[in-house]
Amino acid sequence: MMRARALPFRKRPMTDLADRVRDIVADHAALEGPLLPILHAVQAEWGHVPEAAVPVIAEALNLSRAEVYGVVTFYHDFRERPAGQHVLKLCRAEACQAQGGAGIAKLAQARLGIGWHETTPDGRVTLEPVYCLGLCACGPSAMVGDQVIGRMDREKLETLIEGLRA
Amino acid sequence: MKVWVPRDAAARALGADEVVTALTDEAAKRGFDLTIVRNGSRGMVWLEPLVEVEVDGVRHAFGPALPSDAAAILDLSGPKALGPTDDLDWMKRQDRLTFQRVGVIDPLDLGEYEAHGGLAGLRRALGMSGQDIVDEIKESGLRGRGGAGFPTGIKWDTVRLAEAPQKYVVCNADEGDSGTFADRMLMEGDPFSLVEGMAIAGLCVGATKGYVYLRSEYPDAIATMQEAVRRARAARVLGADVLGSGRAFDMEIRVGAGAYVCGEETSLLNSLEGKRGIVRAKPPLPALEGLFGKPTVVNNVISLATVPVILEKGAAHYAGFGRGRSKGTVTLQIAGNVARGGLFETAFGLSLGEIVDDLAGGTRSGRPVKAVQVGGPLGAYFPPAKFATPFGYEEFDAEGGLIGHAGLVVFDDGVDMVRQARFAMEFCAVESCGKCTPCRIGAVRGVETIDRIAAGEPGLLPLLADLCETMRDGSLCALGGFTPFPVMSAVTHFPDDFAKAREAAE
Repeated sequence: MMRARALPFRKRPMTDLADRVRDIVADHAALEGPLLPILHAVQAEWGHVPEAAVPVIAEALNLSRAEVYGVVTFYHDFRERPAGQHVLKLCRAEACQAQGGAGIAKLAQARLGIGWHETTPDGRVTLEPVYCLGLCACGPSAMVGDQVIGRMDREKLETLIEGLRA
Repeated sequence: MKVWVPRDAAARALGADEVVTALTDEAAKRGFDLTIVRNGSRGMVWLEPLVEVEVDGVRHAFGPALPSDAAAILDLSGPKALGPTDDLDWMKRQDRLTFQRVGVIDPLDLGEYEAHGGLAGLRRALGMSGQDIVDEIKESGLRGRGGAGFPTGIKWDTVRLAEAPQKYVVCNADEGDSGTFADRMLMEGDPFSLVEGMAIAGLCVGATKGYVYLRSEYPDAIATMQEAVRRARAARVLGADVLGSGRAFDMEIRVGAGAYVCGEETSLLNSLEGKRGIVRAKPPLPALEGLFGKPTVVNNVISLATVPVILEKGAAHYAGFGRGRSKGTVTLQIAGNVARGGLFETAFGLSLGEIVDDLAGGTRSGRPVKAVQVGGPLGAYFPPAKFATPFGYEEFDAEGGLIGHAGLVVFDDGVDMVRQARFAMEFCAVESCGKCTPCRIGAVRGVETIDRIAAGEPGLLPLLADLCETMRDGSLCALGGFTPFPVMSAVTHFPDDFAKAREAAE
């Protein structure tokens, strides 16, 4: 599988990374148990949690690198590499299965030519499974960025994917 | 002219924002003065986006609305006109207590919240001792609505009596079970009721700090809750001086990171502390050693959001609903392949058949119902033969199932129960925190065993049953412990599907 090389989220060169990560950690200094909010903030900035951020966070929070790395890898949300420009999430859970979700997923994989967790070679779209968006009475459901979509059907999906790839 | 169009994620997923644009454009064209309120959802998801228009002080419903319906809606006519919202059968048949304001008010308008009974419970609680509040909650019969069904008053009392310099109230809003969306709808449609419930819990047990652990899959709920907390703080409902009482309670919204197991309370606490969401062995109970080792109330969104109405209307009023030991109301979430899906709050005790055949109107596909999974991915599959089962904690337990968070997912006869059993094991394998062997290894072996059964080795069914028993008895938490419910209910109630696998293989 090809990993996308495009890095659309990166706003600044890596040399500034450690300084910026320290700023983010400082912004969260007042919180109890700040690691998850910090990781969310890092990911919001770079589109993933850069490997180089891990020791900086560890040092600032007086944790071992292994502890921080362990947290990054435990949660599905945190990426070790950037995603494509758009992340298309399709619900795989039971309520969407009951409404034809598996067929929608199969079509999406065929149209994009990729499997779960993969990114199209042009770096446009990453396809992720999601286990429930809480839209269980109007499935199959999907999400692009923060936009939710209900009653996904083949036609809507084709149009959506066309738009994402354009 | 006053118009309501829901801001609920389900309504938006079905085009509510586009309908708002169309209504605004149409009103501008006519020179109408149009006020659009973005309310919560009334829960009739099959009618979303459900637009309401005020006519002589009565709200009239139109739905499911498309942008092209805008002109007809403003003319108060057309095929989407449903009449007064409160006269709709779905609304008339409910006992709305927890959801009394959802869909009615502007979710972030604290004044409207108060005008509809909000803050009455908190004001009353401020005049009560912790003991009095606990007694009231115990008398109401409220049990944990997240799934475990533990009596809320007893949990609170344990935390109240524990001595510690700091205690916490944690709201479990990691609603990851497929088929459930009551927490999401409540947080998007009436967030102040959760804020108020948490404040009451804090006053009762002596906790000054609360956290809502909210899943990242709910961006709309996160935004609404964050804004509600900001407004509650500005209005001194939260802070150092709650409603001028001199007593402190404040809260924060924390966002999860996509791990299903963090819906388990001890794993959630670890996650809040910034650790891997690994399950903790119990004891110690979180009520005694919870967040950062301090006494902690951990309750589901619906449990906490129900507390204000109990204090507002009295424990006896709440306990007057329900049956047996399942007192009060349950927020049914009807989902999957159904003609009418959505949220329906009612006293405990409706039969499963009434819910599926009558309320939901059978399947959306029009084909016969084959199975209903009750209580999320860890709940059992019920065949129509079990439709007489009344909706209650003990009643479902007696039938080898659980009500969980009261979500129901309906499947038509196209479903293959071998695949559903396999999915349950696969899901457990993906989401296992890895701490205990029966769950971590058992789920993987479960997928393999079901694959072999599907490939024509029915002799492995006893092995699968044995594996399920080990997972049930040996797992630390409900993920490994309850995965056997969907698996074994599929095997037990749908033997034909498993036999078919053998025939196909032969």
